[in-house]
Amino acid sequence: MADRQEELATKLATFALFSDLNYAQLRAIVELFDEASFPDGERVLRQGISGSSFFVIVDGEAEVRVDGQPRSTLGQGEFFGEVSIFLGEAPVADVVAEGPLRCLVLAADQVEGFLNAYPHVMFRMLKAQALRLRGANQWRS
Amino acid sequence: MAELTADNPFPPGDYPLVVVGSGPGGLQLSYALRRLGVEHAVLSADEGPGGMFRKWPILQRMLSWTKPYAPADRRSLQYERYDWNSLLPGDGDDHLRGLQADHMDGASHFPARADMQAGLEAFAEAAAIRVSYGCRWESTAIEAGPGGDVVVLRTSGGEYRAPVVVFAVGVAEPWRPGTPGIEDVPHYGEMKPVEAYAGKDVFIVGKKNSGFEIANGLLHHARQVVLASPSPARTFAETHNLVGVRARYVQPFEDNLLGGGVFIVNGTIDSISRRGDGHRVNVSYSDGSGGHAFDADDVIAATGFQAPLKDLPALGVMTAGQSAVPVQTPFWEATVPGIYFAGTISQGAQGMRRNGVPSNSGAVHGARYNAQVLARHIAEVHFGHVPDQPVRSQEEVYGRVLDELSGAPGYGAALFHQRSYLARVFEVEPGGGMRDTGIQPLQHFVDGGGPDGIGATLETGADGRLYPAVWVRRRGSCKDPVTLNPSPLFDFRDQGSQLAAQVGATLES
Repeated sequence: MADRQEELATKLATFALFSDLNYAQLRAIVELFDEASFPDGERVLRQGISGSSFFVIVDGEAEVRVDGQPRSTLGQGEFFGEVSIFLGEAPVADVVAEGPLRCLVLAADQVEGFLNAYPHVMFRMLKAQALRLRGANQWRS
Repeated sequence: MAELTADNPFPPGDYPLVVVGSGPGGLQLSYALRRLGVEHAVLSADEGPGGMFRKWPILQRMLSWTKPYAPADRRSLQYERYDWNSLLPGDGDDHLRGLQADHMDGASHFPARADMQAGLEAFAEAAAIRVSYGCRWESTAIEAGPGGDVVVLRTSGGEYRAPVVVFAVGVAEPWRPGTPGIEDVPHYGEMKPVEAYAGKDVFIVGKKNSGFEIANGLLHHARQVVLASPSPARTFAETHNLVGVRARYVQPFEDNLLGGGVFIVNGTIDSISRRGDGHRVNVSYSDGSGGHAFDADDVIAATGFQAPLKDLPALGVMTAGQSAVPVQTPFWEATVPGIYFAGTISQGAQGMRRNGVPSNSGAVHGARYNAQVLARHIAEVHFGHVPDQPVRSQEEVYGRVLDELSGAPGYGAALFHQRSYLARVFEVEPGGGMRDTGIQPLQHFVDGGGPDGIGATLETGADGRLYPAVWVRRRGSCKDPVTLNPSPLFDFRDQGSQLAAQVGATLES
């Protein structure tokens, strides 16, 4: 029977962020990251409060809220928290569990080392950021 | 049907509250509940107090210290900083403080396992904590009662029913991954005496503290030690918290670097198979550079532990991670109302994890404070207890905050040991001054809304330095806390004017 680590590694293989990695690398990521689950309504990322981590959604959905107003929904395989880590600033939005939410979590001080160790993940993250930027620009225009 | 006897103080039946477990978490909670006048039963599968410390740590000495000679008297509140292992009495019970220091073998400030058990037994006896021992919780149900849902505990001693149940059952059930063949090798808790490994090649699956504890213990016995798991090991010096491999166990790192017969490998264990009198362990390296087949005389699975939740997940108790620790509210309530957790299992309440720093709830020195806070919470929410909450002037509040954060005489160490997790909360009174609402989970203060006020705690920065962080709640929400300067002596009492100016400005903004 597949244990929780195998199940997680298999699931991660289906996420765009990790799609260039082999199974051994995925197992290492499962061990490197913490796993955290949040009940419905719990704040995972807090607007205006720094020192948060990088999150990858394994199961469930999370709502992005700015000043309490819903902006978008994040789902399985999507990630958040990296922008405030890169900029060294507090998040500009809350991310709140919409129903039970299961995430992999990496503390901010480990993110740079992790991305340097896995440049394919860094490239995938850049592509995702580029898509988000394009979406934001289209929304503004 | 079991009857009320000295050995079984709680016969089966209906109770307002039941606590399951007689380790440090269950004992601390029961003591605190009794002080608050909350009637309850305590059940334990064990034959006496101590929980997991009745058999672990396997190599006989704790990772948590109790300093026999400390800057504070061992019967004082101040001594809590230097004593991670004693349970905490309330006011007027000072003779129960620092009991662990009375039960040390004198060879180390890390108590031997048997001494830890003796210290917990001494507290349970001196505090007259009553437990129905030998009563094993076997299954659980939730039934509708006239006053709401009732938790039904089916035990080896009969059926217990209560609207509120606290499980303090530890995170000490051996866990193995699904690796083929690993079911045939001993787990950490089943390893032989270290002398039995003399001259052997030993392969340890797992690179956390239990793996390094074994490796360290085998250094002068085993011929060769291999430690392997997918991700690189991180030491305390890197993590700045108890998740990293502790200083006690860094010798295998040095032996690895200096070529002393210890190998630390980053790789996935694909399979373990019998080979003659020993084993073959197939490993795929995590960097994708291939793999290796290791031959070893002995393989030990130092693969961690789980919370023994039995059928609770089937009742809706959500869990997380390999340890299957239940997901909890800031006040340690499960995703099923009425079910709470105490002891090391309370680590499932994540808290803020600011700067990536977790709570110390997975160890006695953190969980004992959680149990005190939980007892008050249960007493207030479920039993109508009205707490004493003195109102003080704002100036006095700032002074008291800095005294508590600096470990001044008269203050315990809740905020020191549970930094960024528990906070001393003062709420602004409409008529002037601030009300001391006690120590609360910081996450509750930040996310739970409520009157204007402050939540004072200590915080560890990304560089590992310790400093006061005072959160200000204004109009129901918080931003980043007011932080003061670190102090090499952890004494922040000279920063009162800075604290008053910054907090005052935020509260009045």
